Amino acid sequence: MNVVTAASNESEGFALDSIPRVGRGFRLQWEPVQKAHVLLYPEGMVKLNGTAGEILSRCDGVKPVAMIVAELEKLFDQTGLDAEVVAFLDLACAQRWVERT
Amino acid sequence: MNAQVQPVTPETSIGPPFWLLAELTYECPLHCPFCYNPVDFAKQKTELATDDWLRVLREAREIGSVQCGFSGGEPLQRKDLEVLVAEAHRLGYYTNLLTSGIGLNEKRIAALKEAGLDHIQLSFQDSTREVNDFLSSTRTFDLKREAARLIKKYDFEMVMNCVIHRMNIDHVEEIIKFAVEIDANYLELANAQYYSWAHINIERLMPTREQLVRAEAITNRWREKLGNKMRLFFIVPDYYETRPKKCMNGWGNVFLTIAPDGVALPCHTARMLPGEPFPNVSEMGVREIWYDSEGFNRYRGTGWMKEPCRSCAERFDDLGGCRCQAFMLTGDPTNADPVCDKSPHHGAVLAVVAMAQLTPDAKKQKPLVFRGNKESASAEELF
Repeated sequence: MNVVTAASNESEGFALDSIPRVGRGFRLQWEPVQKAHVLLYPEGMVKLNGTAGEILSRCDGVKPVAMIVAELEKLFDQTGLDAEVVAFLDLACAQRWVERT
Repeated sequence: MNAQVQPVTPETSIGPPFWLLAELTYECPLHCPFCYNPVDFAKQKTELATDDWLRVLREAREIGSVQCGFSGGEPLQRKDLEVLVAEAHRLGYYTNLLTSGIGLNEKRIAALKEAGLDHIQLSFQDSTREVNDFLSSTRTFDLKREAARLIKKYDFEMVMNCVIHRMNIDHVEEIIKFAVEIDANYLELANAQYYSWAHINIERLMPTREQLVRAEAITNRWREKLGNKMRLFFIVPDYYETRPKKCMNGWGNVFLTIAPDGVALPCHTARMLPGEPFPNVSEMGVREIWYDSEGFNRYRGTGWMKEPCRSCAERFDDLGGCRCQAFMLTGDPTNADPVCDKSPHHGAVLAVVAMAQLTPDAKKQKPLVFRGNKESASAEELF
């Protein structure tokens, strides 16, 4: 994951107090047939793996990154996930899948 | 943790038809000479009723369709478009309207918003009134501009689509500026693909290599400049390639087209192919059509291939290219797409490309054939 490139499209990357939401023009939904979260946009679809789906489905424009990290650490029974979550959000932001509120 | 995105790749088992293209009607107020509707569209007058379409939407959604495109012809010609969009939205589709903008007034766009439409792809033929109106053989440029204004006013994602060819390719920079001006979120500069009406007019439409290189360079410069503000796509005419496109991302792999009369097709031009007729949704359920019908299994995967595809190391990359192109240029749909330079028929593609480099002698040029009912009714060429 190339965080430097991903972040360079924005003036700065995500911080723990940033509040992410799904990007304008994208729709996140659970697809039972695919058993996966997908991001839909004009004439296109991105199928997300389990972890990416868990992160993006928490980007509701209310929760700050720190809270998302806490929920995921509980879900996966792990600690120290902040760097990975921020790195994914920066990458997702470069693709316009998420934006800051 | 492993937060990555899985590319959507074909699997060994048959996946769902993610993309449902509902061609609601062949009726269209425009007369574009590169239209991909069948040349003999005027001979097919039957259209599915509203209830049939509602059933098709439900059945396709049940087996995993998720992107739904309403197309045509001009889909706004159907009075029940809003009803169909509302049902598609309720079923969980991402709904796309592919339109010329003709017929899109404030009342209809408000109703489409209310119905849950997600996105509108608006076609222009050029950035100028003169060329747009010449190519569509209508006075529609101002109507299209008005449609663009309404699309933004009602806060839709807007894709501007412009079919590119010899007569407008030198305007690519102006077309991009125009897309910026009307505030498009995406711009598709889609070089004509040479099927149906575009195939009839290929001599007049195929750009020169020089034109193509220049247009692509301009597009790349603007893509860098615009960054995330507007996404730019440049689709090349495959005649200039040496490997074929992975047409429709594979036969019966992700795309399901339903023609106005209910015929189900693996791509919108497949109807030209010889063999058994494709199944009709009036006679067969969508699940059976997709998984079990002869038509959808005919060129699925690689089992149908002949040489040079059968033993080719790249056969999984492009799946032998386009069956329609193979049929049109070689007479046999199981041949390799002649765009491939490994095909013994590649010379047919090279000949067209060579012809395109010449400055045409105005006196010897075939006249441009515009799409129309009269031209269609008398058409002899089926593609």
